[in-house]
Amino acid sequence: MKRLWMALLCAVIAMPSWATASNSEKRMLDIAAELRCLVCQNESIAASRADLAVDLRQQIREQIQAGRSDAEIRAYMVQRYGDFVLYRPPFKATTLLLWLGPALLLLFGLIVLAVSLIRRKQRVMNALLSEEERERADALLQHTISTGKEP
Amino acid sequence: MNRFLWPLVGFIALVSFLAVGLTLRPSEVPSPLIDKPAPNFTLPQLASPEQTFSPEGMKGKVWLLNVWASWCYACLEEHPVIMDLAKTHAVPIVGLNYKDVRSEALAWLERHGDAYTLSVSDTQGRVGIDFGVYGVPETFVIDKAGVIRYKHIGAVTPSAVRDTLLPLIRELQQ
Repeated sequence: MKRLWMALLCAVIAMPSWATASNSEKRMLDIAAELRCLVCQNESIAASRADLAVDLRQQIREQIQAGRSDAEIRAYMVQRYGDFVLYRPPFKATTLLLWLGPALLLLFGLIVLAVSLIRRKQRVMNALLSEEERERADALLQHTISTGKEP
Repeated sequence: MNRFLWPLVGFIALVSFLAVGLTLRPSEVPSPLIDKPAPNFTLPQLASPEQTFSPEGMKGKVWLLNVWASWCYACLEEHPVIMDLAKTHAVPIVGLNYKDVRSEALAWLERHGDAYTLSVSDTQGRVGIDFGVYGVPETFVIDKAGVIRYKHIGAVTPSAVRDTLLPLIRELQQ
């Protein structure tokens, strides 16, 4: 009996996930998740509650029903709202810095790191005693140890 | 000296980037429709829904398409400016009444004055989507050939009319 109740409880908890089980609705959300809502720019069209986002989700639904491909639906959005609507903008001259910027910054950081490491190494090398200097230091130390007096 | 020079240079560069960032307006997304033919549509006129309007009827004229709604606060703000522009008869202004209720839109025009040559009802906001409207009010300048030449996002200000819209309209009318 207890098991039966547990099973029922689990089923009830899982119910919301069945609600959006339809394939085209999932496809709609996948497309909408990659599109920026222009009203509230940090939200995707899938997540936003703005009126425009609701309308655009409806547009995507209708276009899926009309048999358009994902790429065609994205092109429809770009045609109206520009590349800005895409969270993954295309790679072209105006977005070059956007795409390569992080890599350039990393490269710059690595160069700075390399230069400063090389410089530090040189400083340490310069601070080391030469052969001649060491012999002299040894001699002075030896003198101190054997006589008990400073030279 | 050298030790502090580079962090200082970096700091100044960062501050200047941020300063430039403050002057940008991320809410104004440039429209990809500039210099493209205005999307075609046929919509019922607000005042007399049995009549329709289509941009094709405006071929040969420079005109403005002003997107407005009775629920839109910024539209009320720009309304006197649009009224003043209409009084100069410099350019026909077509209102795109966006996602509005007809009775409320008519009452709004009654209360605040009707600056429009005519308004059309885009109840579902479909035409708005075709024009890439994402925030009302928006104003499009459309040339004689039916090409969108300029888009003003947000409330039109007197200085925007004086410095941008009117000079552009005059140039296009020649």
